Amino acid sequence: MEKFIYLFRGGEDNSANPEKMAKNMQVWGAWMQDLQQKGILAGGEALKPTGKQVNGIKKVVTDGPFVEAKELVGGILIVNAKDINEAVEISKGCPIFNSNGSVEVRPIQKMEM
Amino acid sequence: MSSEKNNDVHKIVDHLFRHEAGKMVSVLTRIFGFKNIEQAEDVVQDTILKALEAWKFGKVPDNPQAWLYRAAKNKAIDVLRRQQLKYKIDSDISYLLKSEYTLAPALNEMFTENEIKDSQLRMMFACCNASFTQEVQITLMLKTLCGLSVKEIGKAFLSNEETIQKRIYRTREKIREENITLDYPGADAMTQRTDAVLKTLYLLFNEGYHSSHPEKLIREDLCEEAMRLCLLLIENPKTNLPQTNALLALMCYHVSRFGARLDDKGLIILLKDQNRNQWNKFLIEKGNEYLSYSAVGNVVHDFHLEASIASIYANATSYENTNWKLILGMYDNLLSRTNNPMVAINRAVVLGEAEGYNKAITELEKLKTCTENCYYNTSLAEMYMKVGDKETARKIFGKALELTSSNAEIELIRRKIKMCS
Amino acid sequence: MEKFLYLFRGGENNAHDMRDNNLSPEEMQTQMQKWMTWMKALGEKGILVGGEPLQVTGKQVTGTKKVVTDGPFIEAKEIVGGYLIVNAKNIDEAVEISKGCPVLEADGKIEVRPIQSMEM
Repeated sequence: MEKFIYLFRGGEDNSANPEKMAKNMQVWGAWMQDLQQKGILAGGEALKPTGKQVNGIKKVVTDGPFVEAKELVGGILIVNAKDINEAVEISKGCPIFNSNGSVEVRPIQKMEM
Repeated sequence: MSSEKNNDVHKIVDHLFRHEAGKMVSVLTRIFGFKNIEQAEDVVQDTILKALEAWKFGKVPDNPQAWLYRAAKNKAIDVLRRQQLKYKIDSDISYLLKSEYTLAPALNEMFTENEIKDSQLRMMFACCNASFTQEVQITLMLKTLCGLSVKEIGKAFLSNEETIQKRIYRTREKIREENITLDYPGADAMTQRTDAVLKTLYLLFNEGYHSSHPEKLIREDLCEEAMRLCLLLIENPKTNLPQTNALLALMCYHVSRFGARLDDKGLIILLKDQNRNQWNKFLIEKGNEYLSYSAVGNVVHDFHLEASIASIYANATSYENTNWKLILGMYDNLLSRTNNPMVAINRAVVLGEAEGYNKAITELEKLKTCTENCYYNTSLAEMYMKVGDKETARKIFGKALELTSSNAEIELIRRKIKMCS
Repeated sequence: MEKFLYLFRGGENNAHDMRDNNLSPEEMQTQMQKWMTWMKALGEKGILVGGEPLQVTGKQVTGTKKVVTDGPFIEAKEIVGGYLIVNAKNIDEAVEISKGCPVLEADGKIEVRPIQSMEM
C-alpha cells in the first residue's frame, strides 16, 4: 500500500448557486464515503477560491493565486493504493470529471535519512 | 573459524543483546506509545534475530550497536508507514510520525544518545507507575529495561514462567485500560515518583546481589543494570536527588565486594573472613564520591543511612577495626523508621560486635516474627557459637538449613554445623 | 481557528529536487533537518495539522473523457512539491507562519489557501 495525493483543478464554480453547490457536495460526499468504507481515503480538504502567495527568498507576499480557473487547485485528497495506476483508476470515480475538471495524481515521497 | 573464537563472539553478542534490547524497547515504546509495547518488543526481537543471522560465523560488524539501531529504526518506520500498530499512538511525538516530512528524521533523532537516555528514564517511571504492585514494577523493569526473558525472570524470582507471563498480560491490559503513558510525572509528583523508582531499583539490585540464581553472570548483570539505571537518574537534573546518589553509593559499596564473596569452589565467604585486597578499590572510591554528593539538603533518607553504614564497612582497614559504635547509631536511626526485620537483625549483629554477644542474643530473641527466616537463624546461631554454646548453635544452624534452597548457603551452614560438633 | 493549506512550489528542498540538484548526503540531511525543526516547532504550538512531500513524477487525468497522461510536465518551479495544513486565526497569520518554511530560502514559493469547512 502506498499513499497518493489528488490535486483537483477546474470543474464548476457553484458558489453563486447554493442549491447546485449542495447537490455537488452530496455527490462528492457519496464518492468519498465509498472510498472511506473501502479503506482508501486517508484525508482530504476542499479549498476556498481565495488565497495569498509568499514568494522566494525575500518572502514577498502577493494576493492570489491569479491563474486561470482551470489551473486553480480546488481541493486535495489523500488515498491509499497499490501503485499509481490503481490510484489513477480510483480517481476516475471523482465527480469533478462530470464538469470537465482534472485530477493530478502524485505519489507521496518517502523520505529516507 | 575455531570454536573458541565462536564462543567469545557468542559471549560478546549475548551481552550486547541484553544491554541493547532494553534500550531499544524503551525507544520504540516511546515512539509507538505504551499501549503498543508488545509490538515494540516484537520489533526488537525481530532485529536481534536479523543480527544473529547476519553476524553468523563471527561476522560481527565494527559497530554492532549502530547496526542494531539502524535495523530497528527501519523496521519501525516500516511498521508506522503500513499503519500496523494495534492501538492508537499516544506518544509525545505522535504528530511527527504522521508526515513523511518528519517521520524518518524523528526516528533518527529518537536513536541519538540523549533521546535514548530520555526514553529509558520515561520507561523507568512508566514501569514504576503507582497503579502497579511492587512485583509488577520489578517484572516490567526486568523485561523492558534490562532485556530479560520471561524464563530468566522466572528463574530470578524462583517463580514459574506461567505466573510471570500472566502477570505481564494483565499489566498490558491495565496499561490500556488506564491509559498509562511514557510521559514524565508532573513537577509536584517528581520526587515521590523518583523515590518509587529508586525503591524498585534497589529491589532489582538485591535480586542480583542475594539471588540464588545458578548463573553468576545473570546475577552480576542485574546489579550492573540497577547501577546503570541509577546512573541515568543521576545524569538527569530532574531525578538527581540526594537519595539517588546515596543509592548509587550503596550499590557501589556492595558490588566492590563481588570479587571476594566466593572462594574458587563457589563457597560463600562471610564479610569478616573476606580478603580485603580483593575488594574493588575503584568502586569503593566511587561509593565515597556519590556518598559525598548525597550529603545535601535537610532530609535524611533511608538510603543515606544504609550507604553510610556500607561506607564504614568498606573503608575500614579490617573487620576488627570497623567503627561498630558509629554503625550501631545509624542502625538505631534506621530502625526507628522502618519495620523491616532485616534491619533489626543486622543491627543485632553490629550490637554483638559493639557491646557484646550476650546482649545481641537477647535482642535477637526478642524478634518473634523472624524465627522462620534463614538469616535470622544463622545470625543467632553464630552468636551462640561466639559465646561458646556450641550445642544451641548447632541446633539453630540445623533449623536454618531447612529454611534455604541456595546451594551456596547450604554448604556454608553445613560447614558451620561441623565446626559446632 | 481556521485551517489553511500551503502548496509548496520550487525551491531545492524536496527530496527529488535534492537528488536532481546533486545535493550531497550531508546537504540533504541538513535540508531535511530544517524541515523537521520548522515542523516540530509548529507541532509543539499546535499549529501543525499534517502534510506530505510529493514525488516529482505523477499522472494527470483530464476532462469528461478522463484522458490519462504522464505528468506533470510543466516548469520545475511550478510543480507542487509538497503541502502542509496548519491552524491559524486568519489568512494573514497563516502567511506569517509560512515565512518560516525552508522552501522560501531556496527561492521557492508558497500558495496559501483557506480550507473550506465541509458542511453538508
